[in-house]
Amino acid sequence: MASLAAFAAGLLFGAGLLISGMADPQRVLGFLDVAGQWNPALAFTMIGAIAVAAPAYWFVRRRGATALGEAVVLPDRFKIDAALLGGSALFGVGWGLSGICPGPALLLLTGGSLQAAVFAGSMVAGFFVLSALRPQPAVRPDAAHKPPVAR
Amino acid sequence: MTPALIHSLLGGMLIGGGAALLVLVDGRIAGISGILEQATRGAFGSHRWRLAFLAGLVSPAAIVGLGSIRIMQGLPLLAAAGLLVGFGTRLGSGCTSGHGVCGLANGSPRSVLATLTFMAVAVLTVFLVRHGATAWHL
Repeated sequence: MASLAAFAAGLLFGAGLLISGMADPQRVLGFLDVAGQWNPALAFTMIGAIAVAAPAYWFVRRRGATALGEAVVLPDRFKIDAALLGGSALFGVGWGLSGICPGPALLLLTGGSLQAAVFAGSMVAGFFVLSALRPQPAVRPDAAHKPPVAR
Repeated sequence: MTPALIHSLLGGMLIGGGAALLVLVDGRIAGISGILEQATRGAFGSHRWRLAFLAGLVSPAAIVGLGSIRIMQGLPLLAAAGLLVGFGTRLGSGCTSGHGVCGLANGSPRSVLATLTFMAVAVLTVFLVRHGATAWHL
């Protein structure tokens, strides 16, 4: 059930990326180019996504469990540190250079181009570079303990 | 509203619907960089939901194709950008989906700051690449 729902969630998300134009690097760069021929359409994508998702988070946080009564694993909402800001800034440089963020990178892979493979391969290499530099548990201990909803 | 705006809004609502379904049933944040990073570690068992989500994510594009979407940049730039995106999203614990959609929808001040940071830096990067030479009369 959990995997079936996750597959369906991925389907909706992937269809949304495709329909909205988020998977098109040129559209994304047009959205980020506020000093050029700015294309604001993708702001509507963020607004639409947040408007639909927000009630679900509100419901789950209030209930302290999923709709089926299972444990919820939500990240900390308040911890602000150099890693958050520095990492986000580095991501911003890469996103601004390419117009590609992680979800669209995976969608673009389905086209089978060398460019998409180089981007996605480098992105995964970036994951491993970070984990090599930062000692941390290799795999999140999801099943072992189920923390309550993060406040 | 132009058709492009309607597509962008509808696409966004589908993205939000996916994020909502994942948190309502699986109790999870639809943060793609985190899901992908954990999946690339090859862990199965309790991680099966991640593989299922990723399989669903790429299915629409695999089935209907990418249409007119092309990647115009050269390979060295894509390699550098990919490294920055991979490294930066994990250091910052999220990307456009995890912070920009889920975090904002979850009312997280942490995600608001992350999203403002990567949006501002991306806008600045595009400005320097596209207009830097003109701005400095080079």
